[in-house]
Amino acid sequence: MTTLPGSAPSVRDGGGSAPILAVEDLFVEFRTRENVVNAVNGISYTVSSGETLAILGESGSGKSVSAQAIMGILDTPPAQVPNGEIWFEGRNLLTLPAEEQRKVRGPGISMIFQDALSSLNPVYSVGFQIGEMFRAHRGLSRKEAKKHAVELMDRVRIPAAAQRVNDYPHQFSGGMRQRVMIAMAIALDPKILIADEPTTALDVTVQAQVMDLLKDLQRETGMGLVLITHDLGVVNEVADNVAVMYAGRIVERGTVDDVFTRPAHPYTEGLMNSVPNVEVKGGRLQPITGQPPNLSKIPSGCPFHPRCARRRLGAEAAPGRDCAGDRPPLRLVVPGREAACHYSEEVLGV
Amino acid sequence: MTDSQQQQDLLHDEVQAGTTTGLASPSVDVTNDRQNSLWSDAWKALKRNPLFWIGAVLGLVFLVMAIVPQVFARGADPRDCDLANSRQTPSSAHWFGYDQQGCDYLANVVYGARSSLIIGVVAVLVVLLLGIVVGAIAGYFGGFTDGLLSRVADIFYGLPLILGALVLLRVGPSTDLPIISSRGPGAVAIALALFGWMTAMRLVRSQVIAVKSSDYVAAARAMGASSPRILVRHILPNAVAPVLVYATITIGVLIAAEATLSYLGVGLQRPAISWGLQIDAGQDLLRTAPHLVLFPSLILTLTVMAFIMMGDALRDALDPRQRA
Amino acid sequence: MSEAAGATAASVPSDSESALPPAPPPGAPLLEIKGLKKHFPLTQGVVFKRTVGHVRAVDGVDLTLRRGETLGLVGESGCGKSTVSKLLVALEKPTAGEILYKGRDVAKMGGRALKQYRREVQIIFQDPYASLNPRMTVGDIVAEGWSVHADIAPRKGRLQRTQELMDRVGLNPDFVNRYPHQFSGGQRQRIGIARALALQPEIIVCDEPVSALDVSVQAQVVNLLEDLQDDFGLSYLFIAHDLSVVRHISDRVAVMYLGSVVEEGTDAQVYGSPSHPYTQALLSSVPLHEPALRGQKDRILLQGDVPSPANPPSGCRFRTRCWKAQDICAVEPPALVDRGQGHPSACHFAEARTVVPVDVD
Repeated sequence: MTTLPGSAPSVRDGGGSAPILAVEDLFVEFRTRENVVNAVNGISYTVSSGETLAILGESGSGKSVSAQAIMGILDTPPAQVPNGEIWFEGRNLLTLPAEEQRKVRGPGISMIFQDALSSLNPVYSVGFQIGEMFRAHRGLSRKEAKKHAVELMDRVRIPAAAQRVNDYPHQFSGGMRQRVMIAMAIALDPKILIADEPTTALDVTVQAQVMDLLKDLQRETGMGLVLITHDLGVVNEVADNVAVMYAGRIVERGTVDDVFTRPAHPYTEGLMNSVPNVEVKGGRLQPITGQPPNLSKIPSGCPFHPRCARRRLGAEAAPGRDCAGDRPPLRLVVPGREAACHYSEEVLGV
Repeated sequence: MTDSQQQQDLLHDEVQAGTTTGLASPSVDVTNDRQNSLWSDAWKALKRNPLFWIGAVLGLVFLVMAIVPQVFARGADPRDCDLANSRQTPSSAHWFGYDQQGCDYLANVVYGARSSLIIGVVAVLVVLLLGIVVGAIAGYFGGFTDGLLSRVADIFYGLPLILGALVLLRVGPSTDLPIISSRGPGAVAIALALFGWMTAMRLVRSQVIAVKSSDYVAAARAMGASSPRILVRHILPNAVAPVLVYATITIGVLIAAEATLSYLGVGLQRPAISWGLQIDAGQDLLRTAPHLVLFPSLILTLTVMAFIMMGDALRDALDPRQRA
Repeated sequence: MSEAAGATAASVPSDSESALPPAPPPGAPLLEIKGLKKHFPLTQGVVFKRTVGHVRAVDGVDLTLRRGETLGLVGESGCGKSTVSKLLVALEKPTAGEILYKGRDVAKMGGRALKQYRREVQIIFQDPYASLNPRMTVGDIVAEGWSVHADIAPRKGRLQRTQELMDRVGLNPDFVNRYPHQFSGGQRQRIGIARALALQPEIIVCDEPVSALDVSVQAQVVNLLEDLQDDFGLSYLFIAHDLSVVRHISDRVAVMYLGSVVEEGTDAQVYGSPSHPYTQALLSSVPLHEPALRGQKDRILLQGDVPSPANPPSGCRFRTRCWKAQDICAVEPPALVDRGQGHPSACHFAEARTVVPVDVD
């Protein structure tokens, strides 16, 4: 077994609500002929059992790529993981041979995707596809696997599961297909479920049903849930903790209550101000200026500085804290809150 | 936020984008008061593409060869034969040697360019014309028109290219149709095109259907643009690119098909001179005189390559996303 | 700077007798939709198609758009809101009902009037990647309308006007010769807006204009739309599934379910005191952004899926999923009228109810 480094003391102690998944300083890059796309640039986080960690970010923030790295489903090449550790059940997945990785991940970590239709094979019945999990990993017979599939479809609240088990993916609505995906994902009682924009393609009423289902399943099984989304509302309603990503880095981390009430990073603050609320009409929106950065040309210093209203450059900046020159590390700003901004105290107003 | 500040912020976006799009020359000169169009930009891109120039120079050489073969034949007459020279290998005086009849082979190959090129190019032009017109009509109007035209194409698909052309050329001379009855290169070209347009039509039709339902076509219709305008400005530029590539490859296929028809005795007949006939005749003598197959094949390959290179370059030039 | 573009606001009255009358004063009805229906035939067969049924995408919609206002149209996928937008810009012909623009029925307009209508009613699409021709330069895209409606801008000086328009929507005018793929999603949406603006429209139908954009970019485009409305006196029909954005930008809101409008009113009426059960369920599903408000709202979880528009339920469309449904709902379709809530609601048992908690402070 791999020895554990001192820097990641939390994961392998076991027991209690200790983290069951820990990502340490993970990097992912895509090498193409013309350039290198730095999709993930040194992110670290932990997930405990029963915890819901939301990873919030816009397209190109690296939130999905980091999840794919954990699942080992990146296409390599062009993707590469030049650095990083992924600790699960006391082992660093990235140092294990591929076959071992598969054995650990298979039952332990599962993932659901935004597009349920393209994640399901159109030529097999959904019952067969759910049952395959049991046949492949538990060696069950076809008949037993089908019985389990019906049970699982019941558990994810697909009406008339026994009748619909032989239906094909196209015969289900979008929300029901996402339930089929969830059934497959929880079939082997995973300890971690990664949900990559699970409700983005769904209507708001269906989204509410699916999020409810995920929360209920989590309560029943105690699994850790990693929720990847760009939707501030979803994060607020279902997550305990949130990590905000920008340009492949975590720029702020804390409990949802703290981060949403008083953001410590200008990007988080900007996001909060730029979305309208359903509760009030509100005045003019305050957009973040500019566009998300090109990941093959991430700005120097703080990657957010070209769009930041609070940036301080040159003479305005404190020594060693020039937003265009010095990259701010993710640091503890106030107890329980980390942010990667030189001037987080100002953002918080402390 | 004040208006001017807002404006500045918006412009700031732009500056940002200038860096993110990663263009080599970010600022296009607009002071010359002209606006680029797809075709002028495509021509600019073509001019920078070495592949296009190689193809164009080769193509031009073969074109001149077809028009004035005397220039390339080094003074030899392809019909001035002496059996004593039969199957002589290449020498410094006769670069391609002699064929079985003892004719200068260089002159023969050079004189063969005309009918081969006429057949390949004319047939492809007819294929393109039929394919684009029928495909665009079927795809754009859909419904009954599409059903009818597609079934017609299916019927032609049922007839193999060679078999169809063979039958047409066999019965051709007994009719009094203008070109078909002559049994010359024109007849062969038309016979080949008539039974080879369906793939081009299907390509165009499927592209047109895909493009027709796109939002930018809806936007053009919503602003009141007429059907011809939508077809010409929006649909065809986006639909013909794959057909151009197909067409350039087809030139080679059709020149080869001409050879097959000649072999079957319905294509060009001696004393006509064509690469197809030469390759055909050379096959039997491959062991004793391999140069008889080698030279016309080589020239044929170069011709086909020239067209493929030009087609490739043209496709890239017509797609702004492919330009650097 | 935006002098030329600014002149677009006033519609140019045409001298022809078949052209459309000038626009009414602000606040007066500009566009009225009455009993609008669109049924798409379901067919079988290849050459000779035979109709086996109809998808009732839009099935009896009444709406009024007043000059200078923004009417929000919300609903979930498949409710027919996008079909309404296509009917409005005359991309589809209505099966029944009428669209009255400045008092004239669009379906009965002749060539000249229809062309004028198409100029005055423009559309912005959801997907900024699909709505721009990849083989045209930005300048050509923006200026295309002038080739169709040559009277708007004389050929000479079009380039300058194109650049003014680009500047007005926040694009660098120097990029006039670039192609759409060289722009980001938000910028491409600006190109689409400039294209619509070039025709000096009265109405812009915005079909999910910000749904495909990143959160931080959405606000930029929403603000731009608001500014343009103020500058040019535009009227918007703003179609979206994002209830928060619709509330933010709309003066009035209509909620659609399965082809018809179930509730309509000002944003405060529809969001503050929704009275149709579907509106209530829809609003209660929207996740809130404020941690303090979490868990304070009534969650109404709808059961089941939206029925197929090819075979909608009898009577009230929503009755199969409604907790209030009674026998009458299966028999009699409820009319969209005010039943004492201060705004129209298509429910026999309409009852105002606060679903979204009001901000604590």
